[in-house]
Amino acid sequence: MHNKETLIQWLLATVALSAIAVLALIIIFIFKEGSPVIARLGLAKFITGTKWSPTRGMFGILPMILGSVWVTLGALLIGVPMGLATAIFLAEMAPPGASRILKFAIQLLAGIPSVVFGFIGLVILVPFIRQWIGGPGFSVLAAAIVLGIMILPTIVSVCYDVFKAVPEAYREGMLALGATRWQTIKMVVLPAAKSGIIAAVILGMGRAIGETMAVIMVAGNATKIPVSPLEPVRTLTSNIALEMGYAIGEHREALFATGIVLFIIIALLNTLARIVARSEKV
Amino acid sequence: MSETEAAQDRACKISARNFSFFYGEHCALRDINLEIKRNQLLTIMGPSGSGKTTFLRSLNRLGDLIPGTRHEGSLEIDGTDVYSPGVDVADLRRRVGMVFALPVALPMSIFNNVAHGPRMQGIRHSKKLEKIVEKALRDAILWDEVKDRLSDHASRLSGGQLQRLSIARVLALEPEIVLLDEPTSGLDPISTLKIEELLWELVDRYTIVLVTHNPLQGARIDSETAFLLMGELVETGSAYDIFTRPKDKRTEDYVSGKFG
Repeated sequence: MHNKETLIQWLLATVALSAIAVLALIIIFIFKEGSPVIARLGLAKFITGTKWSPTRGMFGILPMILGSVWVTLGALLIGVPMGLATAIFLAEMAPPGASRILKFAIQLLAGIPSVVFGFIGLVILVPFIRQWIGGPGFSVLAAAIVLGIMILPTIVSVCYDVFKAVPEAYREGMLALGATRWQTIKMVVLPAAKSGIIAAVILGMGRAIGETMAVIMVAGNATKIPVSPLEPVRTLTSNIALEMGYAIGEHREALFATGIVLFIIIALLNTLARIVARSEKV
Repeated sequence: MSETEAAQDRACKISARNFSFFYGEHCALRDINLEIKRNQLLTIMGPSGSGKTTFLRSLNRLGDLIPGTRHEGSLEIDGTDVYSPGVDVADLRRRVGMVFALPVALPMSIFNNVAHGPRMQGIRHSKKLEKIVEKALRDAILWDEVKDRLSDHASRLSGGQLQRLSIARVLALEPEIVLLDEPTSGLDPISTLKIEELLWELVDRYTIVLVTHNPLQGARIDSETAFLLMGELVETGSAYDIFTRPKDKRTEDYVSGKFG
């Protein structure tokens, strides 16, 4: 009996450690492949360079860094308010039957492959923007809208669970004081759920910044810094996916270096978000 | 004040006529007939599941929050049925304050817990709010214990303090009626006594309905008393009558501790 316990403990520990080991291997590998080119060009030149022209040996990824930032921020701007509003409605207002159906529909949204999102964006959204708003259609705006919708399921389901975890006694206490439903939500439910909402935003942000396929299909992928939301843009992930197939030598190294930058940005964002989430707790 | 208003003033504040309340098929209250006078303290006693809480929650319509509930008969406050379509439920709940069995600290400071209700009514002036908060906390006999730490998070208070904070929160809205749903069930004997004494100080200004499952508490408070059993109002009368010469056998069994 005791031996069995020990065996299971070791087994679980081994599995857990191998997951971490895989992560460590990935980190070591991309740093090994990518850091030489950064060392040769200089970090500052690599991340602040505005020209990406592999054939001429120019590797500046500032356009892609800004591209990822704009697209992700845009996606959050669209996805967070929509997701939050949906979650509030589902958790606090909708009758139970309707809530169940809507929640199911939103979970289905999470199951749609990203290439399908990209395809719909390509054949509907891009022409729409080109015709009615302006620019070539392939743009920051198109990518932000597609990503905003893609992160909805994450934000809705996390926020929904967080709202459901707010003690019923808070709501009753407020209602008994003569608060309306909306006052109750605004003054008690949302503040009590604040750190959970931040967690939902982080998860959505992680999804948005990492998404590649759908973005490639609608963003236009030009390697210049966009000055308007209607201009085409290339993100860090797109940069790697688009060129990995044929890159060799220094070019290949520069793509790994792009991966390093992406990795560091995501690590920083996660850390920042954790700090914010912790400081919000009273 | 006109003569008719004055007459109404002396008349009953709350009146239930053939009032029944259902959760789906289950009948939680059956044909309740009860009158509660202005500035009266009424203690409703009864074992668990007798419908005491349902009665309180009907008065401020918190019972509505559960889907599938319905009522029959009438339940009037100042002659207006609380279920009539013209009633503003939020306004009703401001006039009919409620203190719950489990004290709730809203996730904010002590001051804001009390100031919250008045703020929702649109009182923004900080001097005025301070005055209201101090008065409510004094009325709830909590002021001296918390006056130096009003900005502390309310969850730092003890259970007994928290329950008095809940009472202060209700008083800050200057309600007409205060409902207390087993307010001392989670409290130690000293805190319980404090709250029981508090009730008699408040009854000059409010109509109070207290619910308890504990006959000893009913005897201690010594007010008008109603005995509920399985949704039925068995007997009403002064505590003295109910405890010394109950008219109904079931009341006698309950107050003598045969069940409960």
